[in-house]
Amino acid sequence: MADDPPIEVRGLVKRYGELVAVDNVDLTVQAGDVYGYLGPNGAGKTTSLRMMLGLIRPTAGHVRLFGRDPLLGIRALEGVAGFVEAPQFYPYLSGRRNLELLAAYDGRGASGRVDEALATVELSDRAGDRVGGYSHGMRQRLGIAGALLRAPKLLLLDEPATGLDPAGMRDMRVLIRRLADEGMTVLLSSHLLPEVEELCNRVAIVRSGKIVYEGAIAELKRGAGATYRLSTTDDERAIAVCRAQRGLGEVSISHGYICFSADAAAAAELSQALVEAGALIKMLSPETVTLEDLFFSLTEGDGGGQGDGAVEAEVTS
Amino acid sequence: MNPGALTVYRWELRKLRYQKRTYLGLGLAVIVPIIFVTAVSFRRGGPHDIAFGDYIDRSGLAVPLVILLFGAIWMFPLIAALVAGDIVASEDHNGTLKTILTRSLDRGQIFSGKALAAATYAIVAIVLDGVVATVAGIMRSGFNPLQSLSGTIVSAPKGLELVTVSLLVYLISILAIVCIGLLLSTVTHNSAAAVVGTLMFSLILQLVAILPGLGGLQPYLLSTQFNAWQGFLRTPTDWAPIIQAVWVCALYGLPALGAAYLVFLRRDVAGG
Repeated sequence: MADDPPIEVRGLVKRYGELVAVDNVDLTVQAGDVYGYLGPNGAGKTTSLRMMLGLIRPTAGHVRLFGRDPLLGIRALEGVAGFVEAPQFYPYLSGRRNLELLAAYDGRGASGRVDEALATVELSDRAGDRVGGYSHGMRQRLGIAGALLRAPKLLLLDEPATGLDPAGMRDMRVLIRRLADEGMTVLLSSHLLPEVEELCNRVAIVRSGKIVYEGAIAELKRGAGATYRLSTTDDERAIAVCRAQRGLGEVSISHGYICFSADAAAAAELSQALVEAGALIKMLSPETVTLEDLFFSLTEGDGGGQGDGAVEAEVTS
Repeated sequence: MNPGALTVYRWELRKLRYQKRTYLGLGLAVIVPIIFVTAVSFRRGGPHDIAFGDYIDRSGLAVPLVILLFGAIWMFPLIAALVAGDIVASEDHNGTLKTILTRSLDRGQIFSGKALAAATYAIVAIVLDGVVATVAGIMRSGFNPLQSLSGTIVSAPKGLELVTVSLLVYLISILAIVCIGLLLSTVTHNSAAAVVGTLMFSLILQLVAILPGLGGLQPYLLSTQFNAWQGFLRTPTDWAPIIQAVWVCALYGLPALGAAYLVFLRRDVAGG
């Protein structure tokens, strides 16, 4: 049990009649990961999280949290906390009363952590107010506080920054970063890609219920390959050199620049070949591939976006 | 201490203190006897067409018994349904079911705590109603001997004792209504539908009881069991309707409670 990963999902399927909400999902979240679970709205992220927390039963496949099946009783959720969709509380009770209720339901000294949890999410001053009067951001933070009462080793958060203003999103990122730095494993479902790119070391990208990529963000970017923009004193000759050069991907013209993909060594060899061919380099700059670019290439249309070949190669490898 | 069904029960009672519907039901239980006693004070004699209606002017102890007869039609089923029909469905509506189902309590413990709280509320409401009706009746007509349905006169203290046990027997039927409310609350996920559905169920059974040709069903209708307490008001005590009420109410209540429990245990919490 001690060596079991915080989350292991194998062959997970959830069908609602004809609709396949989650389609044969496999993923593994290792201890210490800040794991992004990405996908457009309706891709099946929340349904997957509900199955991970034992709120709904899979049609097929299984979830294991630290080796335990969340459908087999409360012990399976030991050391696990989180929320799906927006965290919800009793609107007629104060924030503190809501946490006291949750702490009572948790036992194991959780009641003694109420003040600490409120302080962590900076809600101590408003703890006596009814939750019905809380803003969306305050409820999100109260949701985190509710999760912290369980002193979790694994935190599952569904769209924690959705609906927050920029300051609220920043505060949420800081909070999650801090919890991860304290050793908590975090699974973060989101479609806010900059947030995920900043926080997460590994991701699963889901499209129409299926995982289209699972692994490290760095690997995903590496698989996509670096792209470059080039401008020379003689672009026609430069294009011919590029096309003849080994190690370069598809060469195209975009916005007056020659564009191609290549690794760093191939780009260095190209610069030498260009000089030898008499096409002097005016500009050769690498283009940064963002998680957003990769996400769209994997989840939009038929998956045939820019750089898709490299990504798909990585995905299927 | 590890949390359990009693933890849920205590918190459900605490939550009820903050909800308007709690006070709506309890308010109804208090105000109806007062309105009734005030209304009959403006006329001579009580309602003549029901048991104990003629005795209201002679003994205050007749008032709670008349209220029990009137209340069975819609008031007590409504009061019981207000909380029983809401106690699970409101968690769906507020989206809090997923919040509490991901803590350290299993679904059975949560359901048990809720069922106990709904039953407690119904019991408190009926007892409160009985106390208010008795006090209001005594204030109007005095703490006097009561005439039983057999025509014998029972002393005031004995009459008070009979009123008390009548209330207790009445609770059997009310608890069956609570079970049906819990089932509808669990199945419909909709508080209003569950409350109205429970009340409608009770009213329909009363309608069935008066339909021509269906008289044979009457002993087995839940609505009939609301009058079982009258067995205590006979000399000697007629235990037959009381014993029948126990098993008939069990036939209605226990399957409903069991079904609600199983649905709650196995249902997907896809919304809320």
